[in-house]
Amino acid sequence: MNAARPLTMTVDLAELHRRAKNMRRHMLVMARGPGQGYVGQGLGFADTLAALYFHEMHWDPKNLTMDGRDRFVLSTGHYSIALWAVLCEAGVFPLSELPTYGADDSRLAMSTIDTTPGVEMIGGSLGHGLGQAIGMALGERLRGSSARIFCELSDGELQEGSTWEAAMAASHFKLDNLVALVDCNGIQADGAVVLNMEPVADKWRAFGWETREVDGNHMESVLNALSAARVCTQRPQAIVLRTKPGYGIPSLVAREKSHFIRVDPSEWDALAAELERTEVQ
Amino acid sequence: MNQLRFTKAMGQDEDGAQRATLDAPFGVALTKLGAQRPEIVGLTADLGKYTDIFPFRDAFPNRFMNIGMAEQNLVGVAAGLARTGHVAFATTYGVFATRRAFDFISIGLAHSRLNVKIIAGLPGLTTGYGGTHQAIEDTGLMCMIPDLVVIDPCDATETMAATRAIADYPGPVYMRLLRGKVPIVFDDSYTFEIGKARVLASGTDVGFIATGMMTERAIDAASVLAAQGLSVGVLHVPTLKPLDTEAIASFAANVKCVLTAENHVTRGGLGTMTAEALFDAGVSRPLVRIGLPDRFIECGVVASLQERYGITTGHLIEAAAKAARRL
Repeated sequence: MNAARPLTMTVDLAELHRRAKNMRRHMLVMARGPGQGYVGQGLGFADTLAALYFHEMHWDPKNLTMDGRDRFVLSTGHYSIALWAVLCEAGVFPLSELPTYGADDSRLAMSTIDTTPGVEMIGGSLGHGLGQAIGMALGERLRGSSARIFCELSDGELQEGSTWEAAMAASHFKLDNLVALVDCNGIQADGAVVLNMEPVADKWRAFGWETREVDGNHMESVLNALSAARVCTQRPQAIVLRTKPGYGIPSLVAREKSHFIRVDPSEWDALAAELERTEVQ
Repeated sequence: MNQLRFTKAMGQDEDGAQRATLDAPFGVALTKLGAQRPEIVGLTADLGKYTDIFPFRDAFPNRFMNIGMAEQNLVGVAAGLARTGHVAFATTYGVFATRRAFDFISIGLAHSRLNVKIIAGLPGLTTGYGGTHQAIEDTGLMCMIPDLVVIDPCDATETMAATRAIADYPGPVYMRLLRGKVPIVFDDSYTFEIGKARVLASGTDVGFIATGMMTERAIDAASVLAAQGLSVGVLHVPTLKPLDTEAIASFAANVKCVLTAENHVTRGGLGTMTAEALFDAGVSRPLVRIGLPDRFIECGVVASLQERYGITTGHLIEAAAKAARRL
C-alpha cells in the first residue's frame, strides 16, 4: 500500500540541487553566528534531507502536525543545523531567523528540541531515535494509516547498543513503513570513527532489514534508494548513506576529520564564495 | 534442626498476609480500561507473565507488543507510540526500568512529557532474588527526573484506582507494581488522586508517614500501638512525585514525632523527602526513617529478609514505641 502513495512533488533534479544548495547557504548563515556548529555533518547530510523533504515525504510545511504525515526522526540531535536549514528552505521559518542559531531563546537550537515546529523527537542522546521511530511506525500501523517513518542515525551512533535492540524489533514487527537512513560520515566526537562499525550494510541485513548502500551525496542515488524503499516487503528498509562531512565546500571536506568544525571569523566569506562556485553531483 | 525456608523461583513468596487478596489487580484494571479506550496499548520486555499484563494481551492481542529483553527499546517504542496518540503501558521490573533505561525514561519520555506509563514490578524488598532484582532505589532515582509522576500504591484497591488515574493523566508516570495476589487494605470507597496524600488515622503522639506496601504495615502497627495507649496517626503518601508537602507538613505539625516508612532505601526516598518538606515548611519534629539500609541485599526468603532488614510491622511498632518513650 505504501507503493501506491502518489508523489507529492515533481521529480526535478535541478530543483532538488537548488534546494540542497540553498540549505547549505542557510547552514553557513547559521554557523556564522556562534562561529562554529555542526556544519560539517549538516553539509554532508543536506542532499538526503533535500530528497526527503522536497521529493519523498508526504508532509505539509503549513500543517506540521498533520494527521497521517510522514515523519522524519532526527536521532542525532546535533545535526539540527541541517533540519533547520531544510525547514527554513520549505518556508517553516523565515530566513531572518537563521542568524539566531545557537543563541539564547532561539528556536534553532544547537541540538534538537521538540518544542520547535517540525521536530518529531528530542534527539542528541544517541541511540534513542530508532526505538521511537519503531513506536511511531507501530502506532501508525495500529491506526490504519499508511504514513511512513524515516529515521536518521549515524555511523558513530551504531555503537549504542539500544540501536541494535531497536533494529531487532523492527524486523520482528515487519515494519515496512519504516526506513532507517544511516549516515556514515566516518566521524564521531573523538575524531575519525573510533570503533570500526564495518561492514555496516551487512549488519543491517543480518538484523533482517532490506538494505541498500549508496553515495549519500549523489542526489540520483539517494532518490533511487528512497524509491526502492517504497516497495512493500514486510521488512524494514535501511539505506546506508556514505557521506562526506562538509560536502559542497571542498576546503571543509579536506579539513581534518572533526566532529565539531571550528571556523576562523575571517574565513566565512571565503567559504560562502567557495560554496557558490562549487557544482555538486 | 530448623526447617529450611526457600524462596520461590519467579513466583511470589507467601507472606502470610492476614487480609483478603485480589489476583493481578493491575492486569484486571488495565484490561477493563482497554475495552473502553482503544488508544491504550500494552508492552513488556519479556516479563509479561510476571507483571500481570497478560490479561490485557489476551483481550487485545493486536494492541500488545512484547519487545523482548531490551528495556531501553521498551521505553523508546512506548515513547514513539505515545507520539502517535496512544497511551502506552510498559511493564518490566523496577531494577531494569530504572537502572538500564534511565536515560530513555528521562530524555525519551519525561523531557517531552509523553503519555507513557512505566509499570515496575518487584519494588524494594519483595523478591528473594538478591540485588539484581530488588529495586531498592528506584523511586529515589525516578523522583530526580523532572516532569515524571512517581507512584507507589499500597494495595489491590489502590493499584486499580491508580491504574485508572494514570490512564487519564496525559503524561509520563513511573508506578511500582504489586503483582500476583495483592492484599486488599482499602475498601471500594477509597479514592486515589495523583499528588494527594491521605490521612488514614489521626493521632497526636506519633505519626507514621508511609508509602506503598508499608502503609499496610503502618495501619497494623498503629492499631497495636493504640491498644497500648498511644495516639498514633497514619498518613498515606502514594504519590512520591509530585509530593503532597502541605499534607505532610500539616500532619507532622499535629504529632510529637514522625516516623517515615518505605519499602526503599531511606536515603533519597520518602524519608529524605519528608525531612526536606518539614524543613522547608519550618515544622521541626523528631524524625525516624524506617526503610531499607544503604547496602545491597542478599538472596533469601522475602519474609526472612524483610525481618532481617527492618521493614516488618513489628519493626514499626518497636520504632514507634521507642520514639514515644523519648517524648
